[in-house]
Amino acid sequence: MQSNELFCGRAERAVLSLRALYRAHGYSQYKMSKFEEYDLYVRNKSFLISDHVITLTDTTGRLLALKPDVTLSIVKNSRDTAGVKKVYYNENVYRTAAASHDFREITQVGLECMGEIDAYCTAEVLSLAARSLDALSPEFVLEVSHLDVVSHLLDSVGAEGAMRAELLRFLAEKNTHDIRALCASCGWDNESVELLCALVAVSGTPSSVRAQLDALSVACPNVKGAMDELYDAIGQLETEGFGAQLRLDFSLINDMNYYNGIVFRGYIKGVPTRILSGGRYDGLMHKMGKRQSAIGFAVYLDLLDGLNEPPAEYDVDTVVLYDATTPTARVSAAVAACVSAGERALALRELTDGLRYRELVDLRGDKCCE
Amino acid sequence: MSDMLNVALPKGRLGEKVYDIFERAGFACPSIREQNRKLIFENPEAGVRYFWVKPSDVAIYVERGAADIGVAGKDILLEYKPDVYELADLRMGVCKMAVAAKNGFRDDPTRTLRVATKFENIARRHYASLGRDIDIIHLNGSIEIAPILGLSDVIVDIVETGTTLKENDLSVIEDVLPISARLIANKANFKFKSAAIDRIVSEINQQVGAK
Repeated sequence: MQSNELFCGRAERAVLSLRALYRAHGYSQYKMSKFEEYDLYVRNKSFLISDHVITLTDTTGRLLALKPDVTLSIVKNSRDTAGVKKVYYNENVYRTAAASHDFREITQVGLECMGEIDAYCTAEVLSLAARSLDALSPEFVLEVSHLDVVSHLLDSVGAEGAMRAELLRFLAEKNTHDIRALCASCGWDNESVELLCALVAVSGTPSSVRAQLDALSVACPNVKGAMDELYDAIGQLETEGFGAQLRLDFSLINDMNYYNGIVFRGYIKGVPTRILSGGRYDGLMHKMGKRQSAIGFAVYLDLLDGLNEPPAEYDVDTVVLYDATTPTARVSAAVAACVSAGERALALRELTDGLRYRELVDLRGDKCCE
Repeated sequence: MSDMLNVALPKGRLGEKVYDIFERAGFACPSIREQNRKLIFENPEAGVRYFWVKPSDVAIYVERGAADIGVAGKDILLEYKPDVYELADLRMGVCKMAVAAKNGFRDDPTRTLRVATKFENIARRHYASLGRDIDIIHLNGSIEIAPILGLSDVIVDIVETGTTLKENDLSVIEDVLPISARLIANKANFKFKSAAIDRIVSEINQQVGAK
């Protein structure tokens, strides 16, 4: 008999393996309603990936939204209790596609670790992120950054307000030519600007960029603390054998109003955008009136549709053809024989156009078998 | 997905000049110089595949990962804001985005300014930064006619030499942005092909004299 998993699509198989992974590490499932008060999203609009929220009015006139995000709801409903709370979710979220403005339903699996986040919690979440990617594809990359490193370097340049936002945009684009042009027009200190450009140039495995980062720490001692924290966090990943899949890359910038400290993104070969995104989001917790810290990530499983898997050779294994003269018991027996052999059987009165099958059992009229 | 480096080049003279740089970086594909109507050229030995696409579509191919890298004008990148890396300024195709109006035009701040343009988002952002109320008229070409026929007060468009403006009794009243061609890369594919892409970036920087 074949395992039931073989009949699932790629995304469904991924959901099963990721849920098993998170459960095994003590994360409990968090279930939530499809609807959430619209107000929650208006107040935290820049935390959302897409600006457009699908709204509807309930029977009492309250404005609701089809949830575009899971983390906000979990944070809203979390309580400031001692210790650490670990939850995972498997939910559909609703967003509008950036290019077409069509509504999209997106399967999202993820986890959140909230409370007193220590070095172990961070290492565990990073490790689960790497294992999640590994479960999706053997060819993956986990990109890790530390926002405090970026923040300290921007401070040393002296960038504030709109200029700081612009510099962050250029950093995210790895756009050193416009960083230099902007800094020259603002008359900022050339040495600090070159440090910023050196940071943008960092992109590689921890061992390959170590010398560059050590030089940066010497030139800008403020970043040393964050750099050490980053190396501590990824140390465990390297021990687990993920060193070659890790990339340190400081162009990874999430909204600093919500995120702080370690942030990360995951990519698998063949999918043109990040399939996993996460990080430390104490900023969001504090904005929502919580005193705790939190770290977590989401995996966007709908993106697996973009992977070009070779199409199946056959639609079914066996086609059982019958007509009015064939006894029902004979058709049932033929189908049951295939099914018990672990095959897919399709009973039909006549062949449909384009149907691809491996074997044909023809029970029509006097014919016995073909 | 193939391990070849997929490069989207803008059709036209700029694309041909860009190809020369790629060739010098070790990604030659001699068949691309043949005069024919083929759109895709590959050289498996050098591990590269080039395709000619409409200049304004390059960013779409790159953002969606059909191309790993490509060359697009800064005007397109600012207008559509694709989520891509912008790795180098090629300092080619240099021009500017500017506001132009009929000679002798005087802006009346008490009226909504009618702006004809192909670049709606750039125009909107520019006037929002000035706090000026505008009425956008989206046109797809021959933008210069709009103020002459009274369809708009001003236009926001790309100005290279200014000859078209001059011949139509228009002149630049304000510069918006400098424009040039940029090397862009898909963020995900960059992670898997960074060695090849880095080689091209350093060749470009060497040739244009950038750091």
